[in-house]
Amino acid sequence: MSGNGQHGFGRVPRKEDARFIRGQGNYVDDIKLPGMLYGAVLRSPHAHARLVSVDTAAAEAHPQVRAVITGETLAGLDLAWMPTLSGDVQAVLATDKVRFQGQEVAFVVADSHYAARDALELIDVDYEALPPVIDARTALDDGAPVIRDDLEGRGDNHIFDWEAGDAAATDRVFDGAEVVVAQDVLYPRVHPAPLETCGIVADMDKVTGKLTVHTTTQAPHAHRTVYALVAGLPEHKIRVVSPDIGGGFGNKVGIYPGYVCAIVGSIVTGRPVKWMEDRSENLMTTSFARDYHMRGEIAATRDGRVRGLRVTVLADHGAFNGTAQPTKFPAGFFHVFTGSYDIEAAHCAVTGVYTNKAPGGVAYACSFRITEAAYLVERMMDMLAAELDLDPAELRLRNLLRAEQFPYSTATGWEYDSGDYPRTLRKALDIAGYDKLRAEQADRRERGELMGIGISFFTEAVGAGPRKHMDILGLGMADGAELRVHPTGKAVLRISVQTQGQGHETTFAQIVAHELGIPVDDVEVVHGDTDQTPFGLGTYGSRSTPVSGAATAVVARKVRERARIVAGAMLEAAPGDLEWTPGRWTVRGDPSSGATMQEIAMAAHGSLELPDGVEGHLDATTVYNPPNLTYPFGAYIAVVDVDPGTGKVAVRRFVAVDDCGVRINPMIVEGQVHGGLADGVGMALMQVMAFDEDGNHLGASFMDYLLPTSMECPSWELGETVTPSPHHPLGAKGVGESATVGSPAAIVNAVVDALAPYGVRHADMPLTPANVWRVIQGRPFRTDLAIP
Amino acid sequence: MNITVTVNGRPYTRDVEPRLLLVHFLRDELDLTGTHWGCDTSNCGACVVWLDEVPVKSCTVLAVMASGKEVRTVEGLERDGELDPVQQGFTECHGLQCGFCTPGMLMTSRWLLDRSPDPSEAEIREAVSGQICRCTGYENIVRSVRWAAEHSSREVAQ
Repeated sequence: MSGNGQHGFGRVPRKEDARFIRGQGNYVDDIKLPGMLYGAVLRSPHAHARLVSVDTAAAEAHPQVRAVITGETLAGLDLAWMPTLSGDVQAVLATDKVRFQGQEVAFVVADSHYAARDALELIDVDYEALPPVIDARTALDDGAPVIRDDLEGRGDNHIFDWEAGDAAATDRVFDGAEVVVAQDVLYPRVHPAPLETCGIVADMDKVTGKLTVHTTTQAPHAHRTVYALVAGLPEHKIRVVSPDIGGGFGNKVGIYPGYVCAIVGSIVTGRPVKWMEDRSENLMTTSFARDYHMRGEIAATRDGRVRGLRVTVLADHGAFNGTAQPTKFPAGFFHVFTGSYDIEAAHCAVTGVYTNKAPGGVAYACSFRITEAAYLVERMMDMLAAELDLDPAELRLRNLLRAEQFPYSTATGWEYDSGDYPRTLRKALDIAGYDKLRAEQADRRERGELMGIGISFFTEAVGAGPRKHMDILGLGMADGAELRVHPTGKAVLRISVQTQGQGHETTFAQIVAHELGIPVDDVEVVHGDTDQTPFGLGTYGSRSTPVSGAATAVVARKVRERARIVAGAMLEAAPGDLEWTPGRWTVRGDPSSGATMQEIAMAAHGSLELPDGVEGHLDATTVYNPPNLTYPFGAYIAVVDVDPGTGKVAVRRFVAVDDCGVRINPMIVEGQVHGGLADGVGMALMQVMAFDEDGNHLGASFMDYLLPTSMECPSWELGETVTPSPHHPLGAKGVGESATVGSPAAIVNAVVDALAPYGVRHADMPLTPANVWRVIQGRPFRTDLAIP
Repeated sequence: MNITVTVNGRPYTRDVEPRLLLVHFLRDELDLTGTHWGCDTSNCGACVVWLDEVPVKSCTVLAVMASGKEVRTVEGLERDGELDPVQQGFTECHGLQCGFCTPGMLMTSRWLLDRSPDPSEAEIREAVSGQICRCTGYENIVRSVRWAAEHSSREVAQ
């Protein structure tokens, strides 16, 4: 099989690689428009302060400065505040107070990037410092400083209370339980940190009144609608172009103040304005992830049958409630926290609070908080195994959902579509050589060496989602697709989702090729431009293949059916008498009499007389409203060695068996898994955004916010099982976030397992050498704070 | 300051501010946008280019420091319309996803293979350890470099 000449699924090399390996990608910062100016944002050094005055006179006098925009300027345009995706408002440029370190205070537009940065130094801001709220656990204390005094009637830092499951039934299970284990578990604040930061080139054409923005967005259509709603610009006069994106991971879902400022800058100056964050701005101010302070309780029988799970969460949402998730779910999909087990009763209660930190919370390949949920339940399972003195693999096998239980309704209201969980775990145990590893561990323990083996099993819920349940700001989460076959049989597919490295140009072409029986090379995928593509909600939450992949299959099948009618006219046969072999409609019983897709395409555009009511040409459109989410799952096993002298953890092996249903391009799927596993290493061992007592951000550069390199990552060992989704037209499930969701628990479980000789049963991420060493000493510290 | 920098074999003379970073000189003055900027602190390596045959992080080099020297960027990897084996290897082995770290990874990989034509996995990991990839988990980058080592059909250094 040679490359893109393939006709469908399989390891097809990526179409997008040709430009990237030549340095010919086209990222936002590569865009240079005639007359373009450059923007830079002045940010607050304080976490909480009253804004007394902003003096821009010296900056405005700078010879290369074209405009200086402040909160006051924006207030005059009614743009000082913008709505968030969670029904709150966020300051675009501060007018009254600053509420986190790095908050946007002013925006300079100048002839060059360097001049814009120079001019920031010339702005004189007078702040009156206020006591900040840094520790989420004190945010609701009596007398805590009120962060959001801009909201009418707001006397505290409480955002919401939300719950799922049956509290009374869960309490009953716990009251009668033989064994109960409880633990406080922190999922610290982290950041997706895509290698490309966020940015925009805003270009308002004063003559046509059309605004074009080239921007780092995972959801171009959603951005267009939000700009229309925020700025009052007519939506047909807004074009959002998302060119090549250097990684997103949820960091590029929201609309950031800098985007709005650049748009205003272009309106004010009449010229295109580029704004690109620097790395510190990206880490300090854009969508962070997690920051979930959880308490888990698990109830079981003495022989290891899990019966109940009860969870309370304190969720730190930062200074503005700007989490990006389906609007009806303030805690995202956290209530999938019963994980992969048959559990009688479960309940969770989540309380969201404001703190003086950057807004966000839902990002970083988290599938709307399933990272937190999967991590919690997998930690609790290991703690239960320790309590019962049961092998963690055996405990899981006793409780995992079995094939005959699907579709399975969980205690908190999810309907898992398909699976055979014990089979997948057994496969992972086989690949790892689990029994041998346990024997080796016993030997090493004899010698005083700390080796750990950690298991996690996760269930994901991805592909949001059915529009009657899931929307973002009222926009239903269905996605469109348009397919046109040209006269010579070459096809153009237009989709609403936007790749940030996932390889959509290849995978989606493969779907069309598979359905129409034409070469992958003959399909062009158009995406990332709202003027060129149908409406849809974009790429995040592993939704592209579950939603847009399904839309693509459906629209291709519509075209195939249209081709059947044309073929019938060509072959002078009733369409019902034709049968499909890939790439060709033939007369049933006479395979020599048929027409290829290319011949049909030409005839559809030609002079052939078509049946009444059938239009010519060969194209179709569709909107796909998913009937349910898809539920990929997997079993992961990590093997670690811990240096007892330094606390340093080395990940020796990592086995990952993923089941994401049918794999359209296994090479791309495996690549997605690899990336997520590295994220797991990062979160478990290195990555954290901690703050000091003044609210100073202690992870504001890559010198302080440590990302995994080639040295921390082992060579991944992958396996697969395939359980097709029964409701997806291709049997596929999403996979982009599976490994990020599933892997941290495996590594933490392995480290805790290694530390078992010290009596350790839990330790919070990240398990840095300092933290592990302190855990060994029996003195763990709060990893999220640097407060004495 | 007036500087002349030879980039991919071609001399460029420009009048630049002394503070201008090499990465911005390449991107903004010469429109060679294949070299990316990622972090400011020389941790990520998206900006790696060769300066007189040695990989450097061009966000931490002033353009004036490159005056009179030779710079090679990703745009200079292809020779006579033929891809360098490392470019081919990254495609064959899916060594890239979003493509943002790729130019820097390619430059370091080429440098490694010029010095060590048959590198071990450990050598490859060590060579790219000053660069961050957020997508691939490094596995396929290692395989891509190995592929290039095994498919050096021509001597690139000639």
